[in-house]
Amino acid sequence: MAIEMISNIIWLIPLPPLLAFFLILLFTRRNHALSHTIGLGAAFLSWLGAMLVFVSALRTPEFGKEIFASSINWLPTGSTFLKIGVLIDPTSAMVLFFVGWTILMIFLYSIGYHNFGQPKGDHDHPGLPPHGATVTDEHGHSHTVLSVEPMYSRFFAFLGLFAFGMYTLVVSDNLLTLFVGWEIMGLCSYLLIGFWYAKPSARNAAVKAFMTTRVGDVFMLLGIGLLYSQTGTLNYREIFYNADVLKALATTASPILNLSFAGLIGLLLFIGTVGKSAQWPLHIWLPDAMEGPTPVSAMIHAATMVSAGVYMVIRIFPLFTADWAGGTAALTPTMSIIAFIGAFTALFAATIAVAQNDIKKVLAYSTISQLGFMIAALGVGAYVAAVFHLVTHAFFKALLFLGSGSVIHGMEHGVLHTGDTDPAGHHIDPQDMWNMGGLRKKMPITFWTFLIGGFALSGFPLITAGFWSKDEILAEAFGNGHWIVFATLAVAALMTAFYTMRQITLTFLGEPRTKEAEHASETPWTMTTPLVVLSIFAIGFGWVGIPKDFLGGNWPSWFHGFIGSTLLVEPKELDFSYWPLLTSLVVALGGLYLGWMVYRNVKAGQADPLQKPLAGLYPILKNKWYFDEFYAFFVVKPMNWVSEVFTPWMDRTVIDGILHTVAHLALSIGGILRNYFDKPFINEFIGDGTANVFWQGQNIRFIQTGRIQSYLVATVGLAIVIAGLLYYFMPYLIH
Amino acid sequence: MDFISTHLLTTILFFPVISALVILFLPSDQVKLIRWTALLASLLPLGLTIFLWFRFDSGVQGFQYQEQYPWYDAIHSSFHIGVDGLSLTMVLLTTLLTPLALLASFSITDKVKAYMMLFLFLEAGMLGVFMAMDLLIFFVFWEIGLVPMYFLINQWGSPKGERELWGGMKVSARNYASLKFMVYTMAGSLGLLLAIQLLGVMFQSYDLAFLVKQWNLLAPDTMLFNNTISAGAVKTIAFWAFVVAFALKVPVWPFHTWLPDAHTEAPTAGSMILAGVLLKLGAYGFLRLVLPLYPEQAAYYAPWLAFLATMAIVFGAFASYGQTDFKRLVAYSSVNHMGFVLLGIAAAASAIHTPDATIALNGAVLQMFNHGLSAAGMFFLVGVIYDRAHTRNLEEFGGLFPIIPVYGAILIFTSMASLGLPGLNGFVSEFLVVRGSLPLLPVFTAVSMLGLLFTGAYILKGIRKVLHGPLNEHWAHGEHRLTDINTREILVMAPLMILILFLGVWPMGLLDVINKAMVMLFH
Repeated sequence: MAIEMISNIIWLIPLPPLLAFFLILLFTRRNHALSHTIGLGAAFLSWLGAMLVFVSALRTPEFGKEIFASSINWLPTGSTFLKIGVLIDPTSAMVLFFVGWTILMIFLYSIGYHNFGQPKGDHDHPGLPPHGATVTDEHGHSHTVLSVEPMYSRFFAFLGLFAFGMYTLVVSDNLLTLFVGWEIMGLCSYLLIGFWYAKPSARNAAVKAFMTTRVGDVFMLLGIGLLYSQTGTLNYREIFYNADVLKALATTASPILNLSFAGLIGLLLFIGTVGKSAQWPLHIWLPDAMEGPTPVSAMIHAATMVSAGVYMVIRIFPLFTADWAGGTAALTPTMSIIAFIGAFTALFAATIAVAQNDIKKVLAYSTISQLGFMIAALGVGAYVAAVFHLVTHAFFKALLFLGSGSVIHGMEHGVLHTGDTDPAGHHIDPQDMWNMGGLRKKMPITFWTFLIGGFALSGFPLITAGFWSKDEILAEAFGNGHWIVFATLAVAALMTAFYTMRQITLTFLGEPRTKEAEHASETPWTMTTPLVVLSIFAIGFGWVGIPKDFLGGNWPSWFHGFIGSTLLVEPKELDFSYWPLLTSLVVALGGLYLGWMVYRNVKAGQADPLQKPLAGLYPILKNKWYFDEFYAFFVVKPMNWVSEVFTPWMDRTVIDGILHTVAHLALSIGGILRNYFDKPFINEFIGDGTANVFWQGQNIRFIQTGRIQSYLVATVGLAIVIAGLLYYFMPYLIH
Repeated sequence: MDFISTHLLTTILFFPVISALVILFLPSDQVKLIRWTALLASLLPLGLTIFLWFRFDSGVQGFQYQEQYPWYDAIHSSFHIGVDGLSLTMVLLTTLLTPLALLASFSITDKVKAYMMLFLFLEAGMLGVFMAMDLLIFFVFWEIGLVPMYFLINQWGSPKGERELWGGMKVSARNYASLKFMVYTMAGSLGLLLAIQLLGVMFQSYDLAFLVKQWNLLAPDTMLFNNTISAGAVKTIAFWAFVVAFALKVPVWPFHTWLPDAHTEAPTAGSMILAGVLLKLGAYGFLRLVLPLYPEQAAYYAPWLAFLATMAIVFGAFASYGQTDFKRLVAYSSVNHMGFVLLGIAAAASAIHTPDATIALNGAVLQMFNHGLSAAGMFFLVGVIYDRAHTRNLEEFGGLFPIIPVYGAILIFTSMASLGLPGLNGFVSEFLVVRGSLPLLPVFTAVSMLGLLFTGAYILKGIRKVLHGPLNEHWAHGEHRLTDINTREILVMAPLMILILFLGVWPMGLLDVINKAMVMLFH
């Protein structure tokens, strides 16, 4: 296909879901079938465009140099313009590939998950999850069955907007439109996490997600502004593929922390990722985001939003490595920070995942941890390994989240079913893994696909995609001598395998621990098809990235060559080494085995077997190292105090107090003049002497009240202090 | 037609006045007739302004469509009006918001005739400021705008509420607010008037272009007034006189406390115009008068202005977050948003003629327009729910989304514009201000990010308290049952929402004119 044609297709890729968003909200929201058809159709069109572009990219020789790009003027800035446009290079083509697939699968899955075709609920309200409907069969028996989501159509509209945001972000050729997509996704995650907005927990989780990521966003905005003012452009190609610009940024010292401008801007932008990809210490929003419906979790945590954070760091990789010599050279300060945050998060989140009982929360922390792997990889300069893990993770984590949704759905069926036979209606939490067990027989497709996803996450050797990508990260950290990062990630990988097997064992293996689990049932085809499709990728995708001399063989190592060509200086491939491979094997298999050993015989009502050996550590892990409590006390509380106590005091008492004092003073002087000058003299001799009631007594009160003096003293004092401080510090504040 | 094309600006400016006089002779009990007359009368200036917008040649230096008539020859003042890209943008904002505010006022039932007349006078007052090319005319219109707003707040403001003054003395809140608005602005204008007189006396003219030229030719060490004072000192004093007058209007911290009071008490449409246009008068004063007349002083004191702007941004956001009254929350958001306008102006003042300054100015002017749209929309939406619930206390709402879904969707949309969501208009202007200010005033810009963060907090607080959470059953049944937004109200919001989206996606539509004007004004 001609380049212009492909450019046009790239421009069009984000649009169908946006159109679907408006169509559904404005016109078709009352018609469920039409709404999801529009949504799914739009996702399909975007998928088709993405695949066309991806295939064209594969067929273009030297694609790293001959990329697809086109741009237009957007903002006039004096005599120049800020241009925006689209760009597909090897990395974004690869991201486009997995985004297209996962988004399409999530749209399909949502149809089943929100119970399309089921009756309306008996007591369902918009803003709350469906509670089930009573139906009467031909024999006159009444059953409780799953009921359709009251806001069914709206879900597809939001999903469409979300997809629009992600596609926009991927096809952008500059950081500003990337930020646009980034923030639109932020809005959608807010709307979707808070989809069941009538639940206070969902409402609060939505606000928490938005605000925590916004902390990162304002730093990112500063970074974008700084980059723009330093280089005069925000285009990837003009900055990150331009040796002169990179060199200038790397050699100019910034005023902060002895960093070069490249390092400083890289750091500011990276803070944006810390928020968006839920890295420590801004990780707190992601587990709470599980309040949203499950397809949303998959969307946010696998396909799109959190991947977007890593994608951005991948994009700016040339920037923060501009003053780094490469290979085994010492890391720059910015890289060290990135590597530290990534590695620390990988381990930290894994420790929490070990002690969670909610099936989705385990996956949430595992996501944080896996993103930490990618960030750490980028921090030690392992560009290709990070991209590789990003792609494989997107597939297997989407699979796991959708699988967990399928489990929950099956459990909900069991809850409703047992509600029929047991009128007392004992309700259990369908997301708690301790209420499950033995689901492999009831939900075979879900079980097998979940097993594949779980093994990929654990890095089960050779056959799963997760093994290849995780192994490459470990190999890069090892090969370039970053021992601490290597060791941390290895421990995190061990724990990953452990909690994954814990989850699989508790959910699917053994015998059912509750009646609900006994009556769980497999979910409809709309939900199982995406699981099957994604599990194919969760296995097969790893094989494109087998290192070229793996085990002394001669593999094509296609992925490394393709992705590496995105960079101006193509990264070299490491020589094969047995040590990281052995480590990978040991941690993956060891973790899986341990997980199975510890949890295979858990009975109903039994406490977590880990509770005893971990002793005092267990509650700390279970309570997520008390980070929520920490922030509530040290951030939220002081901020509330400033907003609710300090600022009103400043406005109403100090500033208005000063105004009232002046007004009072003026009024009193007026009163004095009237009483002692106007009335005795003028009125006596000229006027009629009529007293004005309003003015009487004002002057006396002025003398009586002591507040005037205190205001005046406070005013003058405050003014002097502020003026003095400003006068003294202004030279420092200016630059 | 020929008359209109040669007298385009005077037609736009005085047509509302003439219409108001016509309304005076309509029978008071014909409420419908009065409303429609006022609305239709305000549509003509809008139509003419759109006509003007497309006829306007944004590539030409200086003012266009100038008209000059003798007015006060004895003191060398003439009625001289014209528009450039800056004032045209503001004229467009004014003529756009006035019909929407009038349409929003259809729910007013008390003294409709006086209300509509005052509104049209108000429009003329604001337009006059934006068009004036003569300093005295500028001041006259500046003051004219105060009077109708005073009465709108004082007569049609919310009847409830009291405010404690001193010694336990209490006054009704709307009296307090209207008087504070009036007296405060007038007190600020005193210095402005004196400074304008000074210029007029020194150069025997009030013509803006002439004054800018002559005043800037005056070397700072020239001794004036019988060798008593240097021109530099005079300029500094006059600079601050101008700054205080305009800062009060913007309003800049710490002169902002009249704003939440005025907004809380004003009728819905009054708040729309107050936030939408009146605040812009102050910012316009900075751009039209302060920067051209006092470039050296503005550059020297730019960090001080930036400090005040940053305080407005940060504490405006904090204060907004701390409110329980929905309207006060939105009112404080104006302080926060207008702070960005001043930050852009301060940054530009510190290094005028540089590319960064142009970007900051583009951002500031665009932010003026954008805030006009989103603030007017937000105040209207607060009014919509207040009309139904008769309360604005956020604690008394909750979970209203299922009852009023269309209103909820519109509220979320407009809130997101106010929050500065990329893809909507507010983001573009805030980004430009940040981009322009960052290299010039890095510390202040960085600190103001705290305000940007908290913008999110208060916007989400509004949505959370009104729409989300468990439904407050009080509003779901019986006589208290809330009705969704009606067609008239949607018609008020529709143009605002379309523009918000359009300017967010394609800011060039407006920014091109602004950019050229800024380049030519401060080249």
